[in-house]
Amino acid sequence: MSYAAGVDVGSTQTKAVIVDEARRIVARALTSTGANVTRAAEESFAEALRAANLEEEEVEYVVGTGYGRYRVTFGNTQVTEISCHGRGAVQMFPATRTVVDMGGQDTKAIRVSPGGEIQDFCMNDKCAAGTGRFLGAAASALDIPLERLGQRALEGERAVKITTTCTVFAESEVLSWLGRGKKIEDILLGVHQSIAARSAGLARRVGIEQEVTFTGGVAKNVAMVRTLTEALGVPVNVGDDSHFMGALGAALFALDHVLAARTPARTAP
Amino acid sequence: MTLTAEDTGIVGRGVNDGARLFREWFQELGAAAGAGRPSAYVFVMGSLAELLRTFDLPVVFPEINSLQTAVRRAAHEYLDQAEDYGYSPDICGYVKADVAAQLRGGELPMGRIPKPAIAVYTNACNTYIKWAEIWERMYGIPVFTLDVPGTRAEGTQTWPGDPDFDHDRRYVEAQLRELIPVLERVSGVRFDVDRLREAMGHTNTLVRGWRRVLELNASRPSVFNALTDGTIYLGMANCFRGAAEGAAYFTDLVEEMSYKSARGIGTLTDEAWRLLFVGVPCYPIFRRFSELFTEHGGTFVGSTYLSFASGGASFGHEYDLARPLESLAEGLLIGVRDAMDNMFHQTGPLVRMTDELAADGVVFHPIKSCRTVSTGLADARRALQAARDVPSLFIESDMMDRRVVSEAQLKNRIDAFFEGLASRRAQASAAARPSGRPAA
Repeated sequence: MSYAAGVDVGSTQTKAVIVDEARRIVARALTSTGANVTRAAEESFAEALRAANLEEEEVEYVVGTGYGRYRVTFGNTQVTEISCHGRGAVQMFPATRTVVDMGGQDTKAIRVSPGGEIQDFCMNDKCAAGTGRFLGAAASALDIPLERLGQRALEGERAVKITTTCTVFAESEVLSWLGRGKKIEDILLGVHQSIAARSAGLARRVGIEQEVTFTGGVAKNVAMVRTLTEALGVPVNVGDDSHFMGALGAALFALDHVLAARTPARTAP
Repeated sequence: MTLTAEDTGIVGRGVNDGARLFREWFQELGAAAGAGRPSAYVFVMGSLAELLRTFDLPVVFPEINSLQTAVRRAAHEYLDQAEDYGYSPDICGYVKADVAAQLRGGELPMGRIPKPAIAVYTNACNTYIKWAEIWERMYGIPVFTLDVPGTRAEGTQTWPGDPDFDHDRRYVEAQLRELIPVLERVSGVRFDVDRLREAMGHTNTLVRGWRRVLELNASRPSVFNALTDGTIYLGMANCFRGAAEGAAYFTDLVEEMSYKSARGIGTLTDEAWRLLFVGVPCYPIFRRFSELFTEHGGTFVGSTYLSFASGGASFGHEYDLARPLESLAEGLLIGVRDAMDNMFHQTGPLVRMTDELAADGVVFHPIKSCRTVSTGLADARRALQAARDVPSLFIESDMMDRRVVSEAQLKNRIDAFFEGLASRRAQASAAARPSGRPAA
């Protein structure tokens, strides 16, 4: 059995996925990225190896992705997370034509072909409004653990309108709404709607084609799934491995190299 | 490819001569500044350099001065100074760098520029008009706005012989006739129509060469990088318009590019992707920006910048020296209109460039501090996508302000763009094979 791996070094978290030659995920790992990007990649990969009960030599090809992809020093090559999220999403949901990936500092909309190749993409520019960082700022301002943010937001009934486009100013806007007596849940719902609106705007720029798959760490947030669905006006696919979609795509590109070495097959970009 | 001894005598000559001429250009401006000579401040879209030269007025291009501060990695000092003076971070970076240069007595990294005695400009960019007002207030100088009629709607351009064109031409010519006595008064030199003819003759040679150089980039491999080499040639087309040096430079450049084209000498050892550039270059990381593409085997074979920022010289309109003022007005009208068309009515030029230069992809580069060239780019991209099945990339940064230039973000998008191009080519290749199987 042959194995390949993908390591996705994001701004906040590093993910590793190992796949077998049947494109099944055999292990996944998640660590905080921190200041030492190379170490985070190594630790994440080592953890995935342990989970799969594999030796490093048994993984024939490794692709690095994410902002830290060039720091995956043990990797064989690099592929952008844009291509990797597209590939991973199509693997998990084969009818995917549009991917919305929401990470720590990037939100991207990707239009993909039936084979998972990138047709067009669009990302937030210059600022972190509409990304996971925006949620983090709101969580910090309201002193709510990030993992409980979505559930609390769903309890909101009359969402406040968050107008700022700056993550830093969002925190002060949240506090000003608190000062005006608004319920935390309504503020949180407003924050989610604001992010969803910006993300849907990106998706419209590339052209929304169904099915839409929502990837990235923020896809774990139930309120984000609901508000994004509302903002897009179409249902979205969310898988248990949404968080690992970039690493999965990288692993699949790595597997292409492994299989190409044996028989003519599709090669990684 | 290994160059022969003969090759090395001609290949790269345009870049080297351009660098030398540019140094000499600034030395002459420095000498004029030192002697306190009056100068004319002009802009690249409709400089009227032919006319101004006949009055012995050194021609200063503030846009070129400003972009040079960015290329020389000093722009932030100038921008900061202008912002401290009260200018908003959101307005044109060229304006702010120039304001700071004026506050410094004309000192720039390349040398010192003379003060203006007059500013002559067109309406091709609305910022030109506000910019000239700054000098008017700083120095109490006359400013002269030439109102050049632009294209009313895409595809409706009229040409000599058409009554509508002749109305527009007469309107421009009347303004030129108003300008001449102002120039005589400012310079103390009487208008000499024979000197104007001579300068216009040099421009004819220059624009003929410029157009031919752009055409020659249809060669495979392309003979120059439109983003890097092309910007040097563009500088020559602007600074030496109406001058014997400019005519000689472009004659030589046509020879160099023809030589390269005939021998298959390109800019890269392996030209994997032929790209078009739409917008203004990212001067704060000028070389690096290009490398982000050349690292993938991508070279820019065409650029709208080489058209609109040459004041339409790329169009190749040649003056009729038998009727100089009338023809000067005609050339200004056609050139400035073409420059504006390359910003505002881009679909036609983009489709033509895509076809003629056999582009594999198009890079749209809107910039924060120039709304004039950036506003319509998203729409132009959609229009091009509707007209041609060519992949495109939309990346944003700035022409001057390194605070909004994120190399990591740019690289991520550019890398993904090339991944998409590679996938697309692999798919097309697979579809062309009888088995339909992609190649290994």
